[in-house]
Amino acid sequence: MDFRTILDPIISLGGMGLIFGAGLAYASQKFAVEVDERVTEIRNVLPGANCGACGYPGCDGLASAIAEGKAPVNGCPVGGADVAAKIGEIMGVKADAQDKKVAKVLCDGDITKCGEKFQYEGIQDCVAAAAVQGGSKACPYGCLGLGSCVEACQFGAIEIVQGVARIDPEKCTACGKCIEVCPKNVIDWVPYKQSVVITCNNKDPGKIVRGICEVGCIGCRICVKNCPTNTIEFENNLAFINYDNCTNCFTCVEKCPTKAIEGNLEIKQRLGL
Amino acid sequence: MSLFVIIISGILINNYVLSRILGICPFLGVSKQVETAFGMSMAVTFVMTLAGVITWLAQTYVLEKLGLGYMQTVTFILVIAALVQFVEMVIQKFSPTLYQSLGIYLPLITTNCAVLGVSILNIKEEFGLLETTVNSAASAIGFGLAIVLFAGIRERLELSNIPEAFKGFPIALFTASLMSLAFLGFAGLV
Repeated sequence: MDFRTILDPIISLGGMGLIFGAGLAYASQKFAVEVDERVTEIRNVLPGANCGACGYPGCDGLASAIAEGKAPVNGCPVGGADVAAKIGEIMGVKADAQDKKVAKVLCDGDITKCGEKFQYEGIQDCVAAAAVQGGSKACPYGCLGLGSCVEACQFGAIEIVQGVARIDPEKCTACGKCIEVCPKNVIDWVPYKQSVVITCNNKDPGKIVRGICEVGCIGCRICVKNCPTNTIEFENNLAFINYDNCTNCFTCVEKCPTKAIEGNLEIKQRLGL
Repeated sequence: MSLFVIIISGILINNYVLSRILGICPFLGVSKQVETAFGMSMAVTFVMTLAGVITWLAQTYVLEKLGLGYMQTVTFILVIAALVQFVEMVIQKFSPTLYQSLGIYLPLITTNCAVLGVSILNIKEEFGLLETTVNSAASAIGFGLAIVLFAGIRERLELSNIPEAFKGFPIALFTASLMSLAFLGFAGLV
């Protein structure tokens, strides 16, 4: 066997590789780009979901914006205070803790409490269902419970319980994807610390609400009258709480005749109120 | 074959994207904006022309001299990979924005079949060095023409009223096939 049949390809290919390698090594020095080390460090601290809740194109975009000083160190709403503190360390500034917000489904009318207008057997998706007469739910404002938000959530924080979506405030990162996708606009921001929330979105008069849902806001204004700090207001036949002044005293929760106001004792206990 | 015929053939008749259906990856991936499409076509033009010339030299003066024709693919990929790395460095240095918007598609020129296709077809057609250079450049310009035209159409598609199910890639593929049909009209030119 001719020895050169093996040697020739090795030498020719290896030689070419060597020449190109040397050329690239020279070029990489000549065209070296200085990268801010902090960008990589910040990028490593960020959650990496690339959800875009910060307003920048992905985590890389936010990382370089923070390093350049264009974005605040607490710019990532998903990472919250922990991430902000870490980024603050990298950037050498103290991070202001942002008041954490979470998404909340403002509807408690599950299948046992709110009926159906008709039987829907189409595509199992809220957006599709809402296109048919606004969905099959008796309440035109309520959660359809087909889980478009569950699919939109990248953090697995939403599940459907008895036909109504529930968001786990511990897992919610406030990226806002569910709020964007919900065709009923029944999901809204609620402060993480807030334990008293009006879980009804129906803006119809009380008489109609009473006919379709057991736990709807019927516009009786008992909560408004009984609130010790006057933080509950009334608009479009629906009560709403001004979260800034609410003391989470639970008076309205106890007084509400239809139990349309949710009082979460867990949150109250956790905060030691 | 005269150089004029090679140029017309490379750009219009045997357009790499629309007639030979090679290099579809960047054609669909980087054609959302005319500006980035233009940047991409420039990068591809550079890589394709240079790759065509260097692979021709490697084939003629190394592989054929040593009787190593079977190493063609390996050698060509090596040449293209090195060139792409070089282009990547240059773009990162001189236009970070373009570098960002090209993203993963820039290193993917390495395995772009259009680039390898040009290199191999140059050898197959038994072109000389001048013809190789012209053919590579013309093919690259054809690629650029297709991707820039396509990006222009896609920019307008963004603003058009398209059925929900067709938004994004489906309508882009329809458009690409219609463009391909339109370019078929050049087939009888020469």
